[in-house]
Amino acid sequence: MLTKEQIAQRIAQELQDGYYVNLGIGIPTLVANYVPTGINVTLQSENGLLGMGPFPTEDEIDADLINAGKQTVTTEAGSVFFDSATSFAMIRSGRVDLTVLGAMEVNDKGDIANWKIPGKMVKGMGGAMDLVASAKNIIVAMQHTNRSGDSKLLSSLTLPVTGLGCVKKIVTNLCVIDVTSSGFELKELAHGISVEDVQNATEGKLVVEGVIPEIQF
Amino acid sequence: MNKVVKNADEAIYGIQDGMTIMLGGFGLCGIPENSISSIVKEGIKDLTCISNNAGVDDFGIGLMLQAKLVKKMISSYVGENAEFERQLLSGELEVELLPQGTLAERCRAAGSGIPAFYTPAGYGTEIAEGKEIREFEGKQFIMEKAFESDFAIVKAWKGDTDGNLIFKSTARNFNPMMAMAGKITIAEVEELVEPGELDPNFIHTPSIFVNRIFQGVDYEKRIEQRTISNKQ
Repeated sequence: MLTKEQIAQRIAQELQDGYYVNLGIGIPTLVANYVPTGINVTLQSENGLLGMGPFPTEDEIDADLINAGKQTVTTEAGSVFFDSATSFAMIRSGRVDLTVLGAMEVNDKGDIANWKIPGKMVKGMGGAMDLVASAKNIIVAMQHTNRSGDSKLLSSLTLPVTGLGCVKKIVTNLCVIDVTSSGFELKELAHGISVEDVQNATEGKLVVEGVIPEIQF
Repeated sequence: MNKVVKNADEAIYGIQDGMTIMLGGFGLCGIPENSISSIVKEGIKDLTCISNNAGVDDFGIGLMLQAKLVKKMISSYVGENAEFERQLLSGELEVELLPQGTLAERCRAAGSGIPAFYTPAGYGTEIAEGKEIREFEGKQFIMEKAFESDFAIVKAWKGDTDGNLIFKSTARNFNPMMAMAGKITIAEVEELVEPGELDPNFIHTPSIFVNRIFQGVDYEKRIEQRTISNKQ
């Protein structure tokens, strides 16, 4: 099984030189720690920053410089600030090459639910609906099952949808899956995990073709 | 015409019970702290507030919620606020949640003479319910309308007495679009200078959008998530 850090590390292998990337809150944020050597990516934070740097030192802290998770951050050389309308112009017009998000549920058509649990306090979708409606490439980082052990990879969503047919790839603690027209295509397995383990943890349509390789780091 | 007012108490003149106001800021970053305090002091109530977030319990719009001045919040994300949750669950407070980009664009449209626009955000979700859907080039879009707002209150870093504004870092966020969108726009700034002192090349909000301006005092600039790296 992969740790949260390993999920982030595996997703980082998808980064390509020159990519503009938007990372969601939680596991997706960790992807920034594993950018492969020799590859330059520019992080977009939807509150109005392109070229986001790491967290500041005590001396560098600036209340006017935060990320979309409201955490204090820094800038990289060549960074730029802009207003929220410009930020979502970048997002909706498809300029952001890769978006990494967490999810509560994904179905085998690539629909995603990650903003609302009926009966619980609804906090809002933030920028998630704009991101999933327009991003060219969306990777979901999440645990394969929820706390009760139920599959989060479903044939149909039980929670309110955030966006339709948008998820291209899912990296969970068990495996790497591509979402294609045939369903959840199993591509790689975590060390010590079998196809049967994934099958048992996947409620939606799982497609297994040939020998499935182990995730390499 | 003199746009300069003494302070927030004077700036909020004319905001009345039941009005709709926009408040700039993302989380607690770039919020009009002085004007919020004056609204609370004045006890202006039944307000509909358009703002990306609703502050925290004891700061930002949270102070207006505590004083029960807000009838409705229009936001994209309203976590981090227990009083908000209590009022919402008890039915005292109404909330309309919108995708963040839609919220920004509805402000921009309001300030641009554009009554409505089509966006893909929220298609197929409950956000689209009751809204016109239209297909362009094989993809589905939702029609969203420009906001209508009696007042917009924004916070800038520097401003001149004509009303030109410059924002700092990510404290810019929703402020420029909201500055364009109010029937009356109030700007509070950390530093108020004479016309000519700001380089016209670096002004974010042109003076024409701003009706009242003042230099704020005692900015707390509270940090919501103080994250530090250990690098040397």
